[in-house]
Amino acid sequence: MCGIAGLIYRDGPRPIGRDLTLMLQSMKHRGPDSTGYALYGPPGDGYVMRATLADGNGVPHFELHDMLQRHRAEVQRRLRSLGARVEDVSDATEYAITVKFAYDGDLKTIADYLEDIRGVEVLSLGHSLEIVKDLGDAESVAAGYGLDAFQGSHAIGHVRMATESDVDIANAHPYWAYPFSDVAVVHNGQLTNYFEWRRRLERAGHRFQSECDSEIIAVYLAERMTGGDTLEAAMRRSLDELDGVFTYICVTEDALGVAKDELAAKPLVLYEADDLVALASEEIAIRAVVGHEIDTYDPDEGEVMVWAR
Amino acid sequence: MGALRLTYDARGLAEPDAQAPRVAEVDGARAMFDAGELTTRQINLELRRLLYENGVTDVTVANPGSRHSLGVGVLTRCRITFAGSLGYFGCGLIDGPEIHVTGRVGWSACENMMSGVVVVDGNAGSLTAAALRGGDVIVKGRVGARTGIDQKGGTIIVLGHAASMTGFMMQRGRQILCGGAGPGLGDSMYDGTIYVAGKVDSLGIDCVEGEWTDADTEFVERKFRLHRLGSPPELQKFVCGRKLYNYDSLEPAERRMVL
Repeated sequence: MCGIAGLIYRDGPRPIGRDLTLMLQSMKHRGPDSTGYALYGPPGDGYVMRATLADGNGVPHFELHDMLQRHRAEVQRRLRSLGARVEDVSDATEYAITVKFAYDGDLKTIADYLEDIRGVEVLSLGHSLEIVKDLGDAESVAAGYGLDAFQGSHAIGHVRMATESDVDIANAHPYWAYPFSDVAVVHNGQLTNYFEWRRRLERAGHRFQSECDSEIIAVYLAERMTGGDTLEAAMRRSLDELDGVFTYICVTEDALGVAKDELAAKPLVLYEADDLVALASEEIAIRAVVGHEIDTYDPDEGEVMVWAR
Repeated sequence: MGALRLTYDARGLAEPDAQAPRVAEVDGARAMFDAGELTTRQINLELRRLLYENGVTDVTVANPGSRHSLGVGVLTRCRITFAGSLGYFGCGLIDGPEIHVTGRVGWSACENMMSGVVVVDGNAGSLTAAALRGGDVIVKGRVGARTGIDQKGGTIIVLGHAASMTGFMMQRGRQILCGGAGPGLGDSMYDGTIYVAGKVDSLGIDCVEGEWTDADTEFVERKFRLHRLGSPPELQKFVCGRKLYNYDSLEPAERRMVL
């Protein structure tokens, strides 16, 4: 089933991590397997990268601790070898790492070189985007990664009920639109021409970290936007080119867009006010962050809507 | 509104031991209670207690807070007002009540309703009045996709716009859509009538324009008068073209089974 949520504040940074946790927790019944966040903090000059050093939910073994330490050092060594200046490294959990660095080269080079370390996955890479995803409900993920303190302007999130692929971090949403800076996607639905697009995009040089159909949307949109499309144009085109049932939310550094397939088979409730836009699979999620009585509506079939921050 | 803590039994059934909270203020046949701090099950149990055990016939539920599955399976004649919005599956499987929702409803409201009246002041989600069998459902805002899917009776009146595939596979009953309709109107309908004011984006398979009769005028005017909706707009009538019917190719015994 899955639940998706998006929140954009139009009047500057707010505790977006805490607010999104409230939204996602109220939709826990839609997907208790894993919870994910794509959060946008204040943009800096440098890059911020979130990565996992090994699948945190795999079978623990005696060498896991040593391996994580080795990967942690290797990630930094490889960043430096590509000319990046590492400014800060922090760990939320033993297997998840946040690295801030200055760099002016190609992001795909960095992502490919780091993911070449067996077990390492780059979850997000950008000037302000940070993707956090892990097993469990929103409250446990938020507590584990300290998200209540996260200040930012907009965010999307996802609670997952796994249907198509495994329950692990790699198959959890949101997906970073590899290798496109600051773009992320959450999706509720199923894509039926997944393999067609996966083969096409792999031939174009893109990598896929998971076997989840939703990852296609992120890479597809990134590919279109690299080719010069705006977010809205890329999303409109996706309605024709992606088959299946879907409601997905795509975010960039300064915009948030939502698209619904032509059968309108997956729900979305929308609330717009002067200071914020909130959207979610269920209205109770919006009510979790808006204290007063609200008036909402559902976008129709085949609709694409984009809001700038 | 804070998230309410629910308990689950070993099978995952929510609130296995919930009891009616007995918080309503009862005044003769009228009662009122605030649902803001109650769980879904407590709200429904409180409704049942008032309607079935305390002889109450008019209940107001304040702050329903868009929770799902409220007012479901009420099988008695009564009046219920939800002062606020409902989530998914609201007012399903009801037989008898007159329900007024002052906010909006989510997906699948009034599903499989048998009789009674439901008036929604705001918008409604997709699958509104799915498999409706009787009674009147009035939505004053807009409705989502596949409204009245599999409708088997009753009347759906929508004052706003109706999204795609409204009346999909409907078998009986009537729909009055006053704000136009999206693509695929009446797709694969078997029978029944859809009246539309405004633009229809496209007709679904085997949905065709029907001939307007005095009986149509009488019906529409009667429903608008009954529900105090003013004078009806100019409507077009759509019915089933019966091109998809293939009963004639069946053996008599099979035909009896199908019909």
